[in-house]
Amino acid sequence: MITEADVRYVARLARLRLEPDELTRMTVELAKILGHIDKIGELDIADVQPMAHVLDVVNVSRADVARASLSRDDALRSAPAVTDGAFRVPRMSQR
Amino acid sequence: MSGLDPLRLTAVEAKRLLVEGETSATELTKTYLDQIAAHEGDVHAFIQLCGEEAARYAARIDQEATAVRGALAGLPTAIKDNMVTEGVVTTAGSRILQNYTPVYTATAVRKLFDQHIVMLGRTNLDEFAMGSSTENSAFQVTRNPWDLATVPGGSSGGTAAAVAAGEALWGLGSDTGGSIRQPASLCGIVGMKPTYGAVSRYGLIAFASSLDQIGPLTRSVADCALLLRHIAGYDECDSTSVRLPFEVEVPTADRLDGLRFGVPVEYLAEGVEPGVRARFEETLRLIEELGGRCQEMHLSHTEYALAAYYIIAPAEASANLARFDGVRYGYRAAGAEDLLEMYERTRGEGFGPEVKRRIMIGTYALSSGYYEAYYGQAQKVRRLVKEDFGAAFQDFDLIVSPTSPTVAFKVGSRTQDPLAMYQSDACTIPVNLAGLPAVSIPCGLSDGLPVGFQIIGRAFSENLVLRAAHAVEGAVGFDTAPTFRDSSAGVGSIGPGGLCAQDAREAVDA
Repeated sequence: MITEADVRYVARLARLRLEPDELTRMTVELAKILGHIDKIGELDIADVQPMAHVLDVVNVSRADVARASLSRDDALRSAPAVTDGAFRVPRMSQR
Repeated sequence: MSGLDPLRLTAVEAKRLLVEGETSATELTKTYLDQIAAHEGDVHAFIQLCGEEAARYAARIDQEATAVRGALAGLPTAIKDNMVTEGVVTTAGSRILQNYTPVYTATAVRKLFDQHIVMLGRTNLDEFAMGSSTENSAFQVTRNPWDLATVPGGSSGGTAAAVAAGEALWGLGSDTGGSIRQPASLCGIVGMKPTYGAVSRYGLIAFASSLDQIGPLTRSVADCALLLRHIAGYDECDSTSVRLPFEVEVPTADRLDGLRFGVPVEYLAEGVEPGVRARFEETLRLIEELGGRCQEMHLSHTEYALAAYYIIAPAEASANLARFDGVRYGYRAAGAEDLLEMYERTRGEGFGPEVKRRIMIGTYALSSGYYEAYYGQAQKVRRLVKEDFGAAFQDFDLIVSPTSPTVAFKVGSRTQDPLAMYQSDACTIPVNLAGLPAVSIPCGLSDGLPVGFQIIGRAFSENLVLRAAHAVEGAVGFDTAPTFRDSSAGVGSIGPGGLCAQDAREAVDA
């Protein structure tokens, strides 16, 4: 059974802040959903190959030819903060 | 008055009227803009309307000689708001993308622009296409034109409601577990998920990449074929797109002689409403009258498909949605002390409850110690589901089922119970797991609400699926004009009408 501590740990992995009431609700909801999902554990299918792709296809590569891509200005256009032609973010760690 | 009836006009007919000069792109576009003005205040299908731009573009088309017009010139179209379009805000129904203006255009949309369609606006959806009712949109709840107290289905509920309400001639949706077919079913229109790889996913804001496909939502099967024909095809920008070995044909068949239809008993298990079952069985009898043969059969891993889907789809979603981190585009939480806090608060504030649930399920299923038990096992089940279909197609040409176990349900009735909401897609999810093409067509009413009939084919058998659907459609003779009734009228559960959501994003912070 998934615990509130598990949920807090997974939320950290997912880089998702959950408020205290969300954490409580999420624990209840995830327990219910996982209870349903756990059903697939019933199947004894150790010898079945996991499926990687639905169609019989092979990898494709485009021709190795240089061509124009998004300009720097376009790439930065939607950014919340920009500095010196680069994405600006808060510092990596606290002092 | 133009005499054009937006509740019944098909794209094939509109195209003929345009080509023969019996109507103009301007008149056609105005017909839909007028219908939007009349009904959008009740239906709320669009997140953003492009009325002025649409009218201007239609006028430009009218000035051009017929010879230089594209094959779909002047046809008014609704686009689900998860297909990026250069210079047009694209939200995916999420607060995190509320002000995102893309710098490129999705291939499927560009192909329609190249044929000179008129984009009427951007339609509502469950946030990041995660949901079955369109109630998970960050901006508004879309209503079903057949009963404004009910949902249009989802996640492509905005496009489905717009087409059903005559607010668009047709439109695009995307389908990861039923998100085109289920809303088509609930809104009484036609919706198709093509074979995985048939339509480029480039520029479709990714939910679950191994399951997502763009497809048409239309008023008729012939329209569905016409739209699919113009969005399908290989695209080197999508490494999973394939070269179709055929061109999509606009179907004309009205017989089903010699075709063998499999009816999976697992899809008619508990949960299928009596009214849905009755319309479904009547449609099977129509198929027999048209020369087809229907026989019960088994898809034995069906009961595990839903569970496998709710591991695979969230797992892929948790990876795909990692890109929304407040760095390159979209919302960023203000005032964070450091990078980690910025990530966590941006995502905590930017995503809604269902998206958070799926990210959490996916992250959990992929986390160390659980990967094999969940994701690994689910990928094995996925193979078994696909093999079930493969075996069935040895004996049958097509497989048929109800699209949704129920007709449209009341707004709010399933929002507190995620598992009940997930059951809405029990008959559509296995098709995505197996990558197959499937269409939903209306097959009658139950309690005044539309029932959908699903036809599933082998990979790349779109032409056969559409041919059969066209024949069944003719025999059913469904009238696509909805009633716009409101079964809750007088109960007061709907807010005041009369607002035309020119831009529903503004309502969010109000």
